[in-house]
Amino acid sequence: MGLLHRHRQLTPYLLLAPGLLWLGVFFVVPLGFLAYQSLQSGNFDIGYSFSWAWGNYWNAVRDYRPQFVRSLEYAGIATVLALVVSYPVAYWIAFRGGRWKNLLLLFIVAPFFVTYLIRTLAWETILSDNGFVVHTLQHLHVLGPGGRLLATSTAVVTGITYNFLPFMALPLYVSLEQIDHRLLEAAQDLYASKWKAFVRVTLPLSLPGVVAGTLLTFIPAAGDFINAQLLGSPENHMIGNVIQSKFLELTDYPAAASMSFILMAAILVAVAVYARAVGTEQLTGTAV
Amino acid sequence: MTVASERATSAPAAQKVDVRLEDVTKQFDDVVAVDRLSVGVESGSFFALLGPSGCGKTTTLRMIGGFEQPTEGRIYLGDREVSRLPAYKRDVNTVFQSYALFPHLSVFENVAFGLRRRAVRGETLRGRVEEMLRIVGLGGMGKRKPRQLSGGQQQRVALARALVNKPQVLLLDEPLGALDLKLRKQMQLELKAIQHDVGITFIHVTHDQEEAMTMADQIAVMNQGRIEQLGTPTELYETPATAYVASFLGASNLIAGTVSGANTVRLHHGPEVKVRPAAIAGRTGEVAVGIRPEKIDLGGGQENTLEGTIFEQAYIGVATQYLVDTDCGRLTVYRQNASPGLNGAAPGQRLTLSWSPESTFVVDSMEGSE
Repeated sequence: MGLLHRHRQLTPYLLLAPGLLWLGVFFVVPLGFLAYQSLQSGNFDIGYSFSWAWGNYWNAVRDYRPQFVRSLEYAGIATVLALVVSYPVAYWIAFRGGRWKNLLLLFIVAPFFVTYLIRTLAWETILSDNGFVVHTLQHLHVLGPGGRLLATSTAVVTGITYNFLPFMALPLYVSLEQIDHRLLEAAQDLYASKWKAFVRVTLPLSLPGVVAGTLLTFIPAAGDFINAQLLGSPENHMIGNVIQSKFLELTDYPAAASMSFILMAAILVAVAVYARAVGTEQLTGTAV
Repeated sequence: MTVASERATSAPAAQKVDVRLEDVTKQFDDVVAVDRLSVGVESGSFFALLGPSGCGKTTTLRMIGGFEQPTEGRIYLGDREVSRLPAYKRDVNTVFQSYALFPHLSVFENVAFGLRRRAVRGETLRGRVEEMLRIVGLGGMGKRKPRQLSGGQQQRVALARALVNKPQVLLLDEPLGALDLKLRKQMQLELKAIQHDVGITFIHVTHDQEEAMTMADQIAVMNQGRIEQLGTPTELYETPATAYVASFLGASNLIAGTVSGANTVRLHHGPEVKVRPAAIAGRTGEVAVGIRPEKIDLGGGQENTLEGTIFEQAYIGVATQYLVDTDCGRLTVYRQNASPGLNGAAPGQRLTLSWSPESTFVVDSMEGSE
């Protein structure tokens, strides 16, 4: 009896163990190492040594402030765009999809069957100077005669929006799908037009999905570098590009590590502000 | 209480009709849910639509509420035709079967929802919502969320949320279905009392004949998209017009026979029995006579008699049920247990059953009985 009882008490911890172990080995330990590295000084040839080199952080902020700002800016715009594009789609699938729901969802996930890099390269072709999009826009005088899309912030933001769209659409769909349609009838019974019913009932009830979707989009988008690299020019580079080149090309590990920490802090602050604005209830979905 | 006084002054004394359906038909693909239904609901009455599932009662209610549009026919609220009017433009509110309370809003905001859409604000809003919460017995619960309430409390919020708008008509779609028996009985009486207080016309959909009889002034028994019979609970019970109504409301003994005079029917395998002259209602030829089980005496004494043998007895507390085999088939008889113990009759015993012509009704045929 006693043994069985003790076993039952241990069960939750045993179930948590694999996840905790994984996080410990592949997240906490590397993070600690990264923190250690970010305070080192030296160079690749003479080697690096730990010296509480806080200067790495000041240098990063001083030299790369535009890239930091741009990262948050691009990620923010892309998140809003993804929300605006996916909400009607998710709404339509959830409320009108009927028996086609699963197929339509598959269409949303379909791009994932192609690697990230290839998808972004495809956009490079779509937006290229001789491509049909640029030609059409020039024809419509949206773009000037020599105007281009590639190597502009528009192209980078478009690429990020496209690549992270499913991360927005799927949580939105899940929260919309759970809404009891009878609540909308009740709202209409209580003198709410279809639009009012949407604003007062559907939208608030889908907020947990909006919050989950925006976080899942914004956080990885802020650290992205592929889109800026393939679709942008150096003027569009984000902090991800800088970190990537510091790590892999310039082998300036302490600088790259300190930038990673600054980015992490910036994202944490942005998320905290956001969570406070919409309320933590929405974050955990306990509002419903 | 102010709700009641406001209503009372605005309602004319004459039998004003609040809801009128004219030849309303609703077809879903090739299924006719409601079939050329015409009915008028008197202002201030408690009206029940009673029938088994699939009889069209809920569809009828949804058409009055504006959630479905009739395929044919017209619906009037007062003098105004509303057949094509969307739900949000109708002066009608619904208490939904599932309550459909807004989970993200507090009890107060749930009740205030309709008033806010009608631009009621400030102290007026607060006053009306809190008064309504008091009426339904939820005073001081305004800050809670629906999920923190019991089923019965949620039911009251749904009622308050609809009634606070003082609609012309309140629709109730099986509102007590989710409650346990004891609470249901209690809510039946409370609903009736609230309806009496506020004086609003209630249209109540239910499949529970006892619930309909407890609460309603008028009951429309529905079958296959039509109203089989419309009347007061007493009329429906004492003089059912069809075998279907006779067996849906309480139990009935139906015996086949032939009309043999102005107030007599000859039973196919038994004697001639007397009925009220009005009960024949011009029928000729093949009919069925009906007698409610509690109206049959064990032993002679009444004008109509039939010989039989007790097949089985069952003690059910308030009454004892006897199954008696006669030449006309097996009849059910209830005898009230007015004194302790059984009534003295036992299985195997041969006896005479008797009943009065006044308790005998006539229907077209046995068809439609269970």
